[in-house]
Amino acid sequence: MGASCRIALDLPNPLPSPPPAYHRREEKSFCPMADTPLLQLQKVRKVFPGVLALDDVDFSARRAEIHAIMGENGAGKSTLIKVLTGAYPRDGGRMLLDGAEISPRSPQEAQRLGISTVYQEVNLIPSLSVAENIFLGRQPTRWGRIDWRQIRRRAQAAIERLDLSVDVGRQLSSYSIAIQQMVAIARAIDISARLLILDEPTSSLDANEVQRLFAVMRKLRDEGMAIIFVSHFLDQIYAVTDRITVLRNGRLIGEYPTAQLSRQDLIARMMGRELADLDVQLQQEKTGGEASRGRPLIPSPGTPGEGQGGGRAPGLSVTQSLLRARGLGRSGSIQPFDLEIDAGEIIGLAGLLGSGRSEMARLLFGIDVADSGEMEIGEKKLVFRHPRQAIALGLAFCPEDRKTSGIIPELSIRENIVLALQARGGLFKSLSRPRQDEIATGYIKALGIVTPSAEQSIANLSGGNQQKAILARWLAADPRLLILDEPTRGIDVGAKAEIQKLVLSLCRQGTAIIFISSELEEVVRVSDRVLVLRDRALVGQLRGSAISEQTIMKTIAQDRPAEVAQ
Amino acid sequence: MSPQAVLEPVSTTRMRGGAFGRLHLWGKLLWPALALAILLAVDGICIRGFFSVSIVQGRLTGTLVDIFRYGAPAMVLSVGMTFVLATGGVDLSVGAIMALAGAIAAKAAMPVSLNGMGMSPGAGIAIALLVSVLAGMWNGMSVAWLGMQPIVATLVLMVAGRGIARLCIGAANVPLSGVIWTALHNPHLTLPTAPVIVLVVAIVAGLLTRATSIGLFIEALGGNPVASRYAGVRVGLITFMVYVFCGLCAGIAGMISSADVMIANASSTGMYMELDAILAVVIGGTALTGGRFSLVGSLIGALLIQTLQTTLIYKVPIQQTLVIKAIVVLAVCLLQSAEFRRKSIAVCARIGLSRTRKAAAQVAS
Amino acid sequence: MKKLRLDQRHVPLAATLVVCVLLYVLTGLQYPSFFSPLVLADLFSDNARLGIAALGSTFVILSGGIDLSVASVMALATMFMAAAVERFHLNPALAIVLTLLVGSGVGYLNGALIHFFDLPPFLVTLATLFLARGCCFLISMSPVAAEAPFFQSFGEAGQHLGTITLHLGTIVFAGVAAACIYAAHFTRYGRTVYAMGGNEQAARLMGLPVGKTKILVYVFGGLTAALAGIMAMANIPSGDPLNYLGQELDVIAAVVIGGTVLTGGVGYLAGTVLGVLILGIMQDFITFGNRDAAWTQITTGLLLFVFVAMQTILSRWKPRHRSTGPLHATVRNA
Repeated sequence: MGASCRIALDLPNPLPSPPPAYHRREEKSFCPMADTPLLQLQKVRKVFPGVLALDDVDFSARRAEIHAIMGENGAGKSTLIKVLTGAYPRDGGRMLLDGAEISPRSPQEAQRLGISTVYQEVNLIPSLSVAENIFLGRQPTRWGRIDWRQIRRRAQAAIERLDLSVDVGRQLSSYSIAIQQMVAIARAIDISARLLILDEPTSSLDANEVQRLFAVMRKLRDEGMAIIFVSHFLDQIYAVTDRITVLRNGRLIGEYPTAQLSRQDLIARMMGRELADLDVQLQQEKTGGEASRGRPLIPSPGTPGEGQGGGRAPGLSVTQSLLRARGLGRSGSIQPFDLEIDAGEIIGLAGLLGSGRSEMARLLFGIDVADSGEMEIGEKKLVFRHPRQAIALGLAFCPEDRKTSGIIPELSIRENIVLALQARGGLFKSLSRPRQDEIATGYIKALGIVTPSAEQSIANLSGGNQQKAILARWLAADPRLLILDEPTRGIDVGAKAEIQKLVLSLCRQGTAIIFISSELEEVVRVSDRVLVLRDRALVGQLRGSAISEQTIMKTIAQDRPAEVAQ
Repeated sequence: MSPQAVLEPVSTTRMRGGAFGRLHLWGKLLWPALALAILLAVDGICIRGFFSVSIVQGRLTGTLVDIFRYGAPAMVLSVGMTFVLATGGVDLSVGAIMALAGAIAAKAAMPVSLNGMGMSPGAGIAIALLVSVLAGMWNGMSVAWLGMQPIVATLVLMVAGRGIARLCIGAANVPLSGVIWTALHNPHLTLPTAPVIVLVVAIVAGLLTRATSIGLFIEALGGNPVASRYAGVRVGLITFMVYVFCGLCAGIAGMISSADVMIANASSTGMYMELDAILAVVIGGTALTGGRFSLVGSLIGALLIQTLQTTLIYKVPIQQTLVIKAIVVLAVCLLQSAEFRRKSIAVCARIGLSRTRKAAAQVAS
Repeated sequence: MKKLRLDQRHVPLAATLVVCVLLYVLTGLQYPSFFSPLVLADLFSDNARLGIAALGSTFVILSGGIDLSVASVMALATMFMAAAVERFHLNPALAIVLTLLVGSGVGYLNGALIHFFDLPPFLVTLATLFLARGCCFLISMSPVAAEAPFFQSFGEAGQHLGTITLHLGTIVFAGVAAACIYAAHFTRYGRTVYAMGGNEQAARLMGLPVGKTKILVYVFGGLTAALAGIMAMANIPSGDPLNYLGQELDVIAAVVIGGTVLTGGVGYLAGTVLGVLILGIMQDFITFGNRDAAWTQITTGLLLFVFVAMQTILSRWKPRHRSTGPLHATVRNA
């Protein structure tokens, strides 16, 4: 187990740390049924037209154990969960609950059997009270009418089981997502769940909230519940789980006690050997930059002359830094920070989930309005109030969630690509159709977007191709500074590598890039400088040879901001 | 992985934009165009002289001409409504704005002795159009600036607009007079004015949206407002503009409609017209949720509604044609609903299956 | 913690109450005769029609839908009743039952189309608006006077309480209001309606009978609309195909002014009663002062605007309670 995991556990924690897992587990042997897994899947198979999603997979969940299911996209994680919860019927194999065969046909049926799921998007009713959410659909009645007093009482008890103290009469929406998730868990338990499935529960939580969730999970585990934890955050898997099941391409790779599986081994099993090769490839790219300077991978958008098509926004002198932020901050979002970027630099933003990376990007791009500090771009000193202003000065932003904030699903790939360019040109000037086609097909070729034509609806593209199209949108506007927020999330390994190569070649052309990613390897691989964030504040900056996963993690863990190492 | 994914049937193919975005929209025009053609064919067969067009007293006359004349207000409305629906909104106040415009025009032209403003009818019309633009701005500000839901924001004017109209001219009919009104109503020209106005409005609208990037922005805004904002599209301004334009179209439609009967009435002008307009746009292929729009489709939709009306009037009093209109609305909605298509295919498959089973049983026996 | 909590949800209702009281007092100050109990009783009976229909529509809006066909169904009910008794000489009780069935039938049509085919409620109820109105004209092109003796006694029915008379309309209004409030707060059906309006997806995932409930709210909406039409005949004994033309939105306005959010999930049935009263008081204010009836429409529009603007602003600036705050959620030491 690498040093990284230890550091993860050493994070500052305002809450009393839970007792180490090992001690409590010994108590499990008192339970007579402890040796039989609560839930067993034997040779389970699931076939979709053209694809074998689950290929004779074995899986078992034991009582008093937190079990992780891990795998890359397409591994079969989500299919396995759906079969478990009854959302999908299985095509082969057996499911045994406490030794008895079951075949749930719907999530409700699974719930009645004792299998409950809590999703990332909390599926409760925000406008109703906490107590009502816990009892919705099964309200106790007295003489034909709903007994609210009983509901309040029992809801209070359910909440207290999780060591939470919440006013059950308040509207659910007045609480944070983290608390709402707890309420969802409380509801699941009250419906007497024996097996609790947590599906990506930590994606919207900050560091403290994650710890609190883990405290609850450990308590439940110690009381004998079987928990399945699905997540792609390695640190969290190592922090809280007892056992890991790895899937790849629909097949079971193996089941391992967490304590006995190193991070490298886990990644290797999840991804196969491709990762090692990829690493070598990209290192070559980075060091080979000197030789290939002057040969851009991406065509420049063409000569200016078609209205506003192509051509950089004016006002940049080569010697000044491109952008300087001084004391820029927004209360409730991110503490004031200083930032300086030069042309052709790649700055990585590293930090745990919730540390403020996206918030920093949004502030720089004008999506959120800063309430302290200012920015200096070229000669101008200002604060952005709208993305338009940022775009006019040469900034570009690829948001984290391309489905909700990136693509316009109904429009064609061409229209999606030229959108930002058109928007910058104003309402009345429009690029001619041949010019649009030229730009679109140019980028489709250059970025390798897989599509029969530029007129295809962008919704039909795969995730990786959609990401490339959004990238093309901003490249067409020829930005000076491109902010990429999780550009490789949810994309297969091949496309990931392409995008990273792209980023490196862009910087050779003089574009500055801010690269945000939760995967530290990526950040390390790509950045010239790394800004480290923690708990909505900038805590350190690393340069050159000082950049490595260990130093980043150390910086996050330290109490004082790390000095800039040379 | 989200719960939506949990409930989705595996074999659903998402055909939102279709394989070829623009081309698919032309495909969507097929249904209304076909329906219109069939209707006209039936009319031609069943009603004598339906297609006959002649020149009487120097004016073009005939049932076909009437369809274009009396359908003109709905067609103008549908042009304005197309853009509003394309941004994902709706404007319920167009009928009330029509009435308001008519009332203002009448009041402005009334002599001062009768509480009017003593202006020329032409000036009256100009003021009326100005007021309808102001009404559109009110709607636009409520939706774009205050952030109100369009249904409710425009509901306000739908309720209050007729009240203001009543304040202007009272509850009774107010006759309209003046050269300009007779010109609108029935000029001594071959071509009737109303359809020409429709053409002009449609061409202006088409140019404004397709020759500039405004059309792209409207479609982007309707498709994904957040992504559009991040891409630098002026979401607030575009939203505001479509409501203003819709208001203007309603004002123009109000003028045409009042000229039809040479009367301004606060309650009856434009009654139920908002529903006609929305129906026309939906039939024409623009989705209620916003996104891609088709001006040509909306015009065809409005023509279809008017032709239906004109056809039915031969047999059925106009008030009762509402029943037929209702059935048409429902039929259109059902055809456009993916759920309906899925279920009817399933039903047909089951019928087909049981038939083949029966046939096989017969063969076997 | 028994102190009065001003929940996010209670704010619109509180505002409605304040406006109602204010309006009542202002009207009374302007026209002192307004404060008599007779006027108060009339306030309820005059607005019983609107009130009954609005109560039914409240459930529809709470569930996240909308019903534009209410006024037309009301008119259809008056036509049906009048025609049934006058032309077909049916037993009035039978006529009432049939009318209620017709209203429920239209409601079922709405609900079924919306649920089974996933059609937008706005469009479907638009169509049934046309349909019902057209059917009115099918029954008769001109008003049908309801002269049968039944209607006479119907109009005079009521309970005498000292000097004032509680008309049948008021009693039915009160009865329906009580039943609706009970259903909303003490039955699973009512809570499912609130859940659907809050987050339909989640409600489905929780296993709530969303489809059945959806159809039920529209059936109930049609039923109450028909009942409202029947009650209206107590005041105006005639079936007019032009009844309530252009008043489609009064019902929705009453519900929204009563504090129910148009997107659903938040609102109180008692609020709808207040909303109806507000509209009624406003109407009285205008009639007492001999003002143009046009002002009714303008003030309804303005009130609607103010309430919706308030709802919009409130929903955008929701206070977010941080999880680390000491007041709200805390993790107790294990």
